[in-house]
Formats: sequence, structure tokens, C-alpha cells
Amino acid sequence: MLFVTIVPLTSMAVINYYEYRKALKREIVEPLKMLVSKTRHSFSLFLEERLSTVRFVASAYSFDQLSDEKTLNRIFRVLKKEFGGFVDLGLIDQSGTQISYAGPYELLGKSYLQQAWLHEVMVRGVYISDVFLGYRKFPHVALAVQRFSEDGSFWVLRATIDTERFDNLIASMGLDPETDAFLVNDKGVLQTSSKYYGKVLERCALAVPVGIYGTFVKQEVDPGGQEVLIAGSHLRHPAYTLVVVKRSSGLLKSWYTLKSEMFLIFVGGVAAIMVLVLRLTASMVKRMRDADERREIALRELEHSNKLSSIGRLAAGVAHEVNNPMAIINEKAGLMKDIVQYSTEFEQKEKFLELLSSIISSVQRCKTVTHRLLGFARRMDVQLEELDLNGLLQEVLGFLAREASYRNINVSLHFASDLPRIFSDRGQLQQVFLNILTNAMAAVDDGGEIVITTWEEDIDTVAVSIMDNGCGMSGETMRHIFEPFFTTKRGYGTGLGLPITYGIVKKLGGDIKVQSKESEGTTFTVYLPKKAQQQVGG
Amino acid sequence: MAGMKVLLVDDEQEFVTTLGERLKLRGIDTDIAMGGEAALEIIETSVPDAVVLDVMMPGLSGLDVLERIKADRPDLPVILLTGHGGTQEGIKGMRLGASDYLMKPLDIDELIKKLHEAVRGAL
Repeated sequence: MLFVTIVPLTSMAVINYYEYRKALKREIVEPLKMLVSKTRHSFSLFLEERLSTVRFVASAYSFDQLSDEKTLNRIFRVLKKEFGGFVDLGLIDQSGTQISYAGPYELLGKSYLQQAWLHEVMVRGVYISDVFLGYRKFPHVALAVQRFSEDGSFWVLRATIDTERFDNLIASMGLDPETDAFLVNDKGVLQTSSKYYGKVLERCALAVPVGIYGTFVKQEVDPGGQEVLIAGSHLRHPAYTLVVVKRSSGLLKSWYTLKSEMFLIFVGGVAAIMVLVLRLTASMVKRMRDADERREIALRELEHSNKLSSIGRLAAGVAHEVNNPMAIINEKAGLMKDIVQYSTEFEQKEKFLELLSSIISSVQRCKTVTHRLLGFARRMDVQLEELDLNGLLQEVLGFLAREASYRNINVSLHFASDLPRIFSDRGQLQQVFLNILTNAMAAVDDGGEIVITTWEEDIDTVAVSIMDNGCGMSGETMRHIFEPFFTTKRGYGTGLGLPITYGIVKKLGGDIKVQSKESEGTTFTVYLPKKAQQQVGG
Repeated sequence: MAGMKVLLVDDEQEFVTTLGERLKLRGIDTDIAMGGEAALEIIETSVPDAVVLDVMMPGLSGLDVLERIKADRPDLPVILLTGHGGTQEGIKGMRLGASDYLMKPLDIDELIKKLHEAVRGAL
């Protein structure tokens, strides 16, 4: 039962756990991806826009116009004013020499011939540099475009923009203070300062995957041992990657709370199930045990009554067989006595008469036994009448009053004054109480005590208890008292009194209970239905 | 009530003859029948003052004989002898018209008393 209930609960908890985790991750990951991708787009747009501006200038003006420093300065001022972020603007001729320059530095006449970027411009016509400090000692990015003159020679217009705008763009992402965001190039060099992984132009302490096109989210452990969620988006030109690093701990806080709540519910559920299952099983086991016990008792009672009835049949058979010869002995002895009595005096006549009387009285004793035996075995007619049980007990006590007073036995009566009248067999009940009271009188010493109590047991039943403070019975004796021929009154008991009593009470639809303790006394309780069942037939 | 004649009916010869002798000693004439059929035959020829009838007999039982007697001679008093704790048979017999019933072994004085009562009642 425990298995059946706990297995589904556990599997549900496990499935929930994974589903929730997946959902939660999606909830965290998707917005992060979107944010990174959007910001990357802003970066692209920003650079593209600046590059277009330079392109426009290069197209709108001729080489000669741009060679004029005044014109270049004017254009530079306009650019700074209208677009912002421009640091300087320079014109480089085919030989790689800066022939015109507008900006804060002294770079006129400088040769760039040996620099790689110039070659890239010559090949691709356009160039965006990585962030560098260069001559200017603060991070900036160079943009260059190539143009051809009518005579076939080429020139390059080069502008430098500061990276303040990068920081602004990152700030505009509106990240929480725990979260880091930065640009890194394809060599792993930071293009903007990171909160945790290095300053601008330093190597990024966090290994950021490069060369992945598009947007990605990964879970990693940073050099500081923190679990982090890395979201990145790649720009093509220049080969930058915008990276957002979120610390998982804060991010998954709600997940952990949920997890612990789920765990608590699971543990609580399991505990409740266990308690319930254990209780249920215990009560079921108890009920089964009770049923077993009841069956056992019923079987024992059945066995007992079977035993009594078979003994009864045997007793009836014996009694019948013995009774006839007994009648003959009785008549023969009677006749002998008659003859002796009617004959004239002879030697030892008195002795003869004495012997014959002894035979006849022995026969009488046998007769008592056989008649009681037969009475025990027979089903006697039940004659129901309405009677007052208290009154009936008084009558029975009348038979015993003389002996009680002679032996100084104190008989106290606790009769329920409102005891309902019952329908039962007067004669048989008299026998029942006479038997029990005779036993009680036999059990007590002279000066002993007998208490008779009557009460209404329930709506259908009245009860009589007869308690004595006599010698009591052992458990062994108690087990046998309702069996025929079991007697403790050696010599003068027939061993039939209580079996007959038992039989009568049962026949009248009642019950009889005995409690006894050796040397303390015995209590017989007789329960009688208010209306005994009318026997069929008779 | 001297000269009373009683028919004793019982299948147990030892019992019935001894009982007859004892009654004779007390001045009561007896006829003896060793079974139900014999008893009915005797009653047809000579009429006793009373019948003492055992209930438990092979062949016709005491109660059968009682019914026949009561059918022919409802005034003839019958006293039943029951062998085994026979309250029930006794009561049954009384319903069928028996005057009284006694349980074996008998007390002779009681039997005589009941016989006298029965005959007096019948007269």
C-alpha cells in the first residue's frame, strides 16, 4: 500500500521538478537572449552609422577638398557636433602618409604604410579596428574607407571614435548590478571594461566562446568559482562578441525556493501517507484479529454445546437402561420387605428390615440421579407466564431460609424496585435459582455472606447476580462446571445441577456468566430476556 | 375400597409380577398383561376398576393403548408409569385422558394413593 501511494507521488514530484526547472530556465534564458541580441544590433547599427558617415564624407568631398585642412576641420566640427563620439579625422594618400588631419593630436605627416589596417583598407575598401589605445592613450576605434581619384590613385579617409558610446549602449541594457556585460574581440581581448573579468584591452578572464555565429546562452563556472549564465551575440564586422554574464545564484534563487517548497510538500505528503497507511493497516489488522477471536469463541461455544448435547444423549441412554432394572430391584426389595413385615417374628427380622430399607433408599438415590439425568437430556416444555423476578427470588429464598438462619448466613438483597416483569417459565427459573443458591450456600462457611442483586441490563434483558464470599473456584474448575457429572461435592453431588441450570437458561434465551476467585468467592450472573421465546411444539 | 381390581400392563415380567404380589398383599386384586395387545384383550372380557399402564413398551406403546382404552371406555381410570424422567409423556398422557402418572421406580404407597384417588374420581 505504501509502495502504491508513494511511487506515483515520487514520480510526479520528479517530473514536476524537471518541468519546472525547464520552464524557469526558459523564462530566464529567453529574455537574456533577446536582450543580448538587441544590444548587439544596437552596436552594429552604431558602428554602421558611423562608418556610413565617414563613407558619406569620403564620397561627398574630393581628395583636393579634403586635403585642404580648413575644409577638413569644418567637416570634423560638424561631425562632432551632429553625431558625437568623433575624436579626429585624417586623410591618408596612396603612400600611406597622413596629408591632412583634424583633431587634438599632432599626427600630420605620420606614415601608416607599415600598418596592417592600411592594407586591409586597400583590400576590402573599408576597415573597423579593434579598440586600441594607440597614440591617444584612451580606448578608441578607428574607421577607415578607401576612395579612388579619377587618375586611378587612391586615398583613405580615417576617423577615430571614442568608445564612450559602447559603455552608454551597455548601460542602456538596464542590467541589474550583479550582472556583467562587455564586448570582447575574437582574440579574447576585452573591448570594454568588465566588472569582474578585466579592464579594457586586457585579456578576458572568462573563457568566452568565439566563432559562434548568432546568439548563444551557456552555463559555465567562472574563474572565481561562481556559476554563471553566459549569453553572447556575435558581430561580424568587426569580429566582436557582446557578452552578458549573469550570476546563477541570484537568478535561480526563486528556483531554489520553489525547489525547497516542493521538497517540503513531498516530504509532508510522504509522511502523511505513511501515517495514514500505517493507521489503516493497523486498524485492518485489528479488525481481522477481532473477527478471528470472535470466530474462535463462537467455535468454542459450539463445541461446548455439542459436547453437552452428546453427553446428554449418552446420559439419557444410560439412565433409561439403568432405570428399568432399578424399578425391578425396587419392587423385589419392596416385596421382600412386605413379606418380612407380614411374617411372624423370627431371628434377625429387624436386621432384615434394616437391610431392605437400605436397599430401597439406595434405589431412591439412584432414582434421583437417573431422573435428573433424563431431565437434563430432555427438552422440557417451556410454559411462559408473566412473572416478577424479584418475587420469584423471594420464593426460592423461602426454601433456603431455614438453613441460612441455622448457619447464620447473611443474605442481602439488592433488588431493583422498578425491575420490569418478564415472560418466562416460573418452575424452571425456580430450579435455576435454587441450584445456584444451593451452590452458594455450600460454598460459604457458617456466618458467610450472599448478595443477590437484580437490575435491568438493557431494553431487552434483565439480570440477576448471586455473589458469595465462599471458597471460590480454580480456573480449572470453572472450565468444567457446566459439564455433567463434574462435581466438587464428593459423595453427595450428582454433577447435574449446573448443567441443568445452564440448559434451562439457554433454553429460555438467556445467558449465564461466572466469575470466581479461589478463597474470595464466586459470582453467578444470569441474564434473561424480558420475553423468552415460546418453544415450538410440546 | 377393598376388592378393587387393577390391570397391570408392563413388558417387564419381573417388575409387573412383583408389583402384583405386593398389591395383593395390600388387598388389591390384579390382572397382568405383558404388552399392549394383551391388555386390550383382557379389557374386552373382564372389566378392571383401574389400569396401571407402562408408557415404554415394544409393539403398541402405552400412549397408543391409552388412546384405544379411552376410545372404548372413557370412564376407565388409567395411571401411567413413565420410565425415563417422563414428565413430558406424563403430561401428554394426561391430555389423552390419563388420571395421573408416576415415575419408575415406584413408591408403592404413592401408587395405592393415586389408584384410590383415580377410582374415587371415576365413580
